[in-house]
Amino acid sequence: MSTTWSVRAITRAMLPVLLILTLVELGSGLVLGRFESTLLRYPSLLVLVPVTIGTAGNLGSILAARLSTAFHLGTLSFAANDETLAGNAVATVALAASIFPLVGLGAWGLTALAGSTNLPLSTVLAVSVASGLSLAVLAVLVTVVATYAAYRFELDPDDVVIPVVTNVCDVLGVVLLYLAVLLFV
Amino acid sequence: MSVQAVAVEAYREALPALGASLVGGLLAGLVLGGMRSDLQTVEGLLVLVPALLATRGNVYGSFGARLATGLHQGLIEPRVRAGDRRLRAAAAAALANGVATSLFAAAAAVAILSTLGLPVAGLGRLLGIALVAGLLSGVTLTAVVVAVVFAGYRRGHNPDTLVGPLVTTTGDVFGVLFLLIAVRTVALLLGAA
Repeated sequence: MSTTWSVRAITRAMLPVLLILTLVELGSGLVLGRFESTLLRYPSLLVLVPVTIGTAGNLGSILAARLSTAFHLGTLSFAANDETLAGNAVATVALAASIFPLVGLGAWGLTALAGSTNLPLSTVLAVSVASGLSLAVLAVLVTVVATYAAYRFELDPDDVVIPVVTNVCDVLGVVLLYLAVLLFV
Repeated sequence: MSVQAVAVEAYREALPALGASLVGGLLAGLVLGGMRSDLQTVEGLLVLVPALLATRGNVYGSFGARLATGLHQGLIEPRVRAGDRRLRAAAAAALANGVATSLFAAAAAVAILSTLGLPVAGLGRLLGIALVAGLLSGVTLTAVVVAVVFAGYRRGHNPDTLVGPLVTTTGDVFGVLFLLIAVRTVALLLGAA
């Protein structure tokens, strides 16, 4: 990073991106607002919100960081049979398959401990696993497209792809949570 | 490397970070679950939650990455000395950007919700909540990031791999916790919504 270590220089580099990302995140807030009454009625779904957003953003940022590094090392070719691409895509889906059952179990369990579950465990698990797995697939697509776009426009993927992918995955996480709640609750 | 080898390596490398953010996210969710009455009385607060949480991650993740780069390049010393100009500038910039972005999120949420004809609390209340939450979580996260990155670096850990999980875990927990404190503080000052 070549930014000078002064408040002014750091702010000039960061603030515009932060403001745009805030508008993107308000989009996911508006989606949350659409099913606020459902979330308030079922606390285990409300507990799912931060952990789904966090895990979604993390899955995207980890994949983006790995693809950016592979891109810098020249080991990424964007072909469908590229081993780095395929291996990381498989790992992302496998990570989602391992983590999201724990997300659902944890959200249900904590709500049960707090003494206010009114959804069965199977419903909370169905919501978290369905939204998590579909999220993993979309996260792979978004990351690959964003990394490829950075490459085509000759931008450094480290600067652009990670914040974009993290925040887009946050929003997708909320949208998919909403769809899963519509489907299962 | 074969597809399988790449996948296994990527999986192993990512699992600890995801596990840490899982714990942080669940704790944050527990606090959020306890805020149901606050979310009901302060209309528009839930719409702000993703933006405020993401701001913590974006600002303090970038602050941590900057510290890590500075340590690698020898630009900063891994010691908290009030005299270090670069460290103070980076911390002040993170705090200022974090608070400014939180205030922008509150103002934009009020503008968007009232344009859409949706119910929303007063601008003053949401700005107050964003300010208090942004300041409290900003000061805490700055201290946590500096302390953990410096201590980790002195013990021979790569600061780059510490920053991500650290910020996502503590950012979510402190983000929601200080949001709760901010809502209650502003309610004391302005009266209940």
